[in-house]
Amino acid sequence: MHIFKNPQFDFVRWRWHALVLSWIVILAGLFTIWTRGIPLGVEFSGGTVVIAQFDAAPPSIGQVRAALDRIHAGMGDQAVVQRYGTPALREIMIRVPQVGPSRADAPAMTAGAAPAAPPVVKAGTPAAPAATGLSTTADDVQRALVQANLGRFSVVGTQIVGPIVGRQLTRKGTLAMVLSLIGLLLYIAFRFRFSFAVGAVIATIHDLLVTFAFLAFFHVDLSLNVIAAILTMSGYSTNDTIVIFDRVREDARLLRNLPVKDVMNRAVNQTLNRTVITAGTALLSVIALYLFGGDVLRGFAFTMIVGIITGTYSSVFIAGTIVTFWRGRGAQPRVQAAAAGGAAVAPSVRASRSKPQRKVRAS
Amino acid sequence: MSLRWKIILIVVVTALAAWAVYPPAKKIQLGLDLQGGVQLVLRVNTGDALKLETQTDMEQLRQSLASKAIKVTDLTLTGGTSFQVTGVPPAQDSQFRQVADDLSATFDRVPDINGNYTFTMKPNIVKNLREQTVEQARQTIERRVNELGVTEPSIALQGSAGDQIMVQLPGVTDVARAKEVIQSTGMLELSLVDGGPASSRKQLLQATNGVVPEEDQVVPGLADTSQPAAGAAATVYYLVKKVPVITGRDLRDARPTLDENAQPAVSFTLSGEGSQKFGTATGQNIGRNLAIILDGRVQSAPRIDGRITGDGRITGSFTQEEAQNLALVLKSGALPASLTYLEEQTIGPSLGADSIRDGILASLVGFAFVVVFMLGYYHLAGINAIVALVLNLLILLGFMAYIGATMTLPGIAGFVLTMGMGVDSNVLIFERIKEEIDAQHGVRASLNAGFNRVFWTLLDTHVASLISAAFLFQFGTGPIRGFATTLTFGLLANLFTATFVSRTMFEAMLSGRRQVATLSI
Repeated sequence: MHIFKNPQFDFVRWRWHALVLSWIVILAGLFTIWTRGIPLGVEFSGGTVVIAQFDAAPPSIGQVRAALDRIHAGMGDQAVVQRYGTPALREIMIRVPQVGPSRADAPAMTAGAAPAAPPVVKAGTPAAPAATGLSTTADDVQRALVQANLGRFSVVGTQIVGPIVGRQLTRKGTLAMVLSLIGLLLYIAFRFRFSFAVGAVIATIHDLLVTFAFLAFFHVDLSLNVIAAILTMSGYSTNDTIVIFDRVREDARLLRNLPVKDVMNRAVNQTLNRTVITAGTALLSVIALYLFGGDVLRGFAFTMIVGIITGTYSSVFIAGTIVTFWRGRGAQPRVQAAAAGGAAVAPSVRASRSKPQRKVRAS
Repeated sequence: MSLRWKIILIVVVTALAAWAVYPPAKKIQLGLDLQGGVQLVLRVNTGDALKLETQTDMEQLRQSLASKAIKVTDLTLTGGTSFQVTGVPPAQDSQFRQVADDLSATFDRVPDINGNYTFTMKPNIVKNLREQTVEQARQTIERRVNELGVTEPSIALQGSAGDQIMVQLPGVTDVARAKEVIQSTGMLELSLVDGGPASSRKQLLQATNGVVPEEDQVVPGLADTSQPAAGAAATVYYLVKKVPVITGRDLRDARPTLDENAQPAVSFTLSGEGSQKFGTATGQNIGRNLAIILDGRVQSAPRIDGRITGDGRITGSFTQEEAQNLALVLKSGALPASLTYLEEQTIGPSLGADSIRDGILASLVGFAFVVVFMLGYYHLAGINAIVALVLNLLILLGFMAYIGATMTLPGIAGFVLTMGMGVDSNVLIFERIKEEIDAQHGVRASLNAGFNRVFWTLLDTHVASLISAAFLFQFGTGPIRGFATTLTFGLLANLFTATFVSRTMFEAMLSGRRQVATLSI
């Protein structure tokens, strides 16, 4: 059984349309990011998240905001309040950008048993810090809910991130991404050709931009889980690209005098069955994750869905196109035998295996 | 390797993996986001320790100069790691230098034209002291956490400046108590009282004309607790000697107890050296008051009625929990520096359980899709792929259980992904085999061609993903690291199962027959 029996689609023909489409999406994304911004998860921007589970039906979002406003004027507007988890769980998530004492009047309102330590007069003694400095806002939120009489609840989760940790994380994340791309560039240049490496890296950057664009369109929080998805997705996209390039490398060795465009088309068509099946099963898996995986993983699943689609798309239309441009210029638009990595290494290893190999004959 | 040995190898690996994983409830470590618990990130304010060290050394120099009768104008702190000596009389300059040479190992000394000297702590000493402080803080926190009775806590250094500590307390629900125990400095000092209690600084210093004597300092404290009717505890001030009789370091043990009014209190036992010091001081100062100072505040200042050695007791308006916490903190030793909270995360246990359930459900649904598809599209060969996938997951779990890796929520996502890549590997191989068969190369030859050729493709894709996982591991904290770990082991296991195991199964299927015409693929 075959999904496509000997497909002969002309993918390369559509490369201009694909480039235009990509640019439209990316520019729209950048514009959205510029105007609306991507909502940063608490891990990056710093802030307080409180997840409260109510015994009975949870209050409306407006009620919660009003309750917050009563404790600190304006807190309700700044806060993000939403239903959390499945309706059966009756949970509400409240997210406030502040951490710790929110105003000058905070010391008088600070709850907690330990009194704030007075300025230390004794030389040489380290200052004893206020015991609940970081969690003051979380306490405020809880107090707001209690005072507004919105029903019995219990706090099932909190997350409080000071601004320093947030900045560190952003820095480390960007560093990791950049290093990852450089590592990728070097590896592909080594195993294939430099033009392939450039194509692969540009395709990955394209995927990142498109993913960020969709995160901005749908206002998805950039949390740690989403970052994990982005990194995974770039790995998946590279996977896809390498499979196609691998085929190009093999075909080029056998079909030495074919123009670049034709070799690229052949390679994509030959791997089309595999691409459809893999992308299909992967997509089904993350859709399952999106539907059944719970709230915490939802951002992750959404990012993966976007990532798989754009990853597959970019392997065919972006990476391939770059290679075609690069190798296609000049008087002799031929693809020469690819780097030693693929050709030279294989036969020697094959020889060491017990079974003698026979060549693949072009059909 | 003959077929028989290949099969034996596969069976052995499967058995090892299964043994490592059984029983799964005990062997697989759950991360904080699945088990519920508390995660705190603290920064050690090493500046405190540096300042303390500088100050102590400065005071020592002051005493040495006084004992040698070298009269200088003053010694003052000029920064966190430096101090200045002003007004060294020229006649005693060489004498001064001799005395100051004691500090030459720790401080750089720079004179100026006015007979002043500036002492600055040497950079390598600063560095060492910082590292020492952080390590000490970590150890103290670890002791306190152990006293709290948390199972499997994790206290680790992190951060590029090397001064952050991440504390993970799985299963802990009382966040406030944990934070209080961890963060309270716990500095205990017993010092002789020279004046007070007075209700204001001015009143306190009336006897000395508003000047704080050199060997003393002013310390605030709570008002006498035997008169609670005064309403909110008023602050009173004491004048105490700077150099304490004994400190927390002289303690050998501390326990919560009850005082004579059956109120919660903390009793402590001194070490041998501490007992001696205490005995001498109390013996020489009968009738005077001894201030018990905790974290810079006077808890109480009882009168010394007789020579005391060995045991003491701290009373005050403690609740039972406060007394317990204090005993715990004293026992584990004082923190060398103050801590600042940078991040805090609490996961209620129910949230964790929901996440596990949802994650597993999603994984099963995804897997079901894959099984149905593989069988439908690849027929009998699909069974090979499914067995390979199952084995992949089993080996992955085995690895994780064996090295004690922690399973986090992103880690479960990593599972779903490993499955995806596993499917991809098998699909690549099978499609290639089909291609070969379509080209009339014969079943066995096609199988070999498929596996051999695709091995290189798989190598390239897996190495590229491993590069990605390596950076994820470097970059991430707990949950992301869990993901990177799952991904890495999953990829390695996949290479094994998709090539070796799957191929062996095909070989086994065909082994008896000499001429094979078709393959169910």
